Amino acid sequence: MEHALFGSITIGHYVILSTLLFVTGVAGIFLNRKNIITLLMSVELMLLAVNINFVAFSVKLGDLTGQIFTMFILTVAAAEAAIGLAILVVYFRNRGTIDVDDISKLKG
Amino acid sequence: MQSEITTWLFYLFSTVLMGAALSVITSKNPVHSVFFLILAFFNAAALFVLLGAEYIAMTLIIVYVGAVAVLFLFVVMMLNINFEKLRAGFISYLPTGIAVALALFVEIGALLYNSLLTPAPVAAVAQAIPDVTTTSNARAIGLVLYTDYLILFQLAGVILLVAMIGAIVLTHRHRTGVKRQNIGKQLARKRSEAVQLVNVKPGEGI
Repeated sequence: MEHALFGSITIGHYVILSTLLFVTGVAGIFLNRKNIITLLMSVELMLLAVNINFVAFSVKLGDLTGQIFTMFILTVAAAEAAIGLAILVVYFRNRGTIDVDDISKLKG
Repeated sequence: MQSEITTWLFYLFSTVLMGAALSVITSKNPVHSVFFLILAFFNAAALFVLLGAEYIAMTLIIVYVGAVAVLFLFVVMMLNINFEKLRAGFISYLPTGIAVALALFVEIGALLYNSLLTPAPVAAVAQAIPDVTTTSNARAIGLVLYTDYLILFQLAGVILLVAMIGAIVLTHRHRTGVKRQNIGKQLARKRSEAVQLVNVKPGEGI
């Protein structure tokens, strides 16, 4: 029997939860192919799943490094969201739409 | 008794988290998606609190709910986007999305099943978590973050600075036709350019 983190919850519960969340994010990318805003939200969900994994294993192994790393993931996620939405705003200003299929100007 | 409550709380928070995550990717209105995203972040923070990682939980709420989700909300509400058109093809992508998600879940599940049955030897602990009765989680992180990880912490600040400058440079537009004060031009003006003496003859006008 595995050592429980709290109650009867083991690391397996947290890992399964984060796997489900990550898979949900991947499915979201496929389902909302045309809408960049929902795409970015799906990426945030995937990052959240990674964070859950890091914190759960940090507590299981008794090592703070996982929680420190989670903070850096948070930083990069915030920067990514800011830049992504800025690009989105500029693109909408130029084209009047955010349809992913229309973003083919660079193809020439 | 206490351990039973925390067990049930885990199931409650994780159920709401998964429901919110599914609503994020399936709801018709992106504004609703953002609100479900906020709900998901709150529940993830609650799961972190259950684990005893309060500092990360609070950071998650402050950074994700306070900054990222509100940023999403701003963009969704300020841009006048026709979301009906963007939803076209949702049904046709549904089988692909579910198939890929299932395949990924089975693959990760197989790997996890394998590794949980035969756990690898644990490497040496780099930063041991101190006793929570004497050192709180926030204090423990602070003790490590500002000493051993100082350079990385500064680099994280640089990343945020670059992101901020990038976002401003990208979205800043120089609008023409707006009257602005040009101090250099004002100071360089001479009397000879500004005032003209006209000799008006009586009874004629200019």
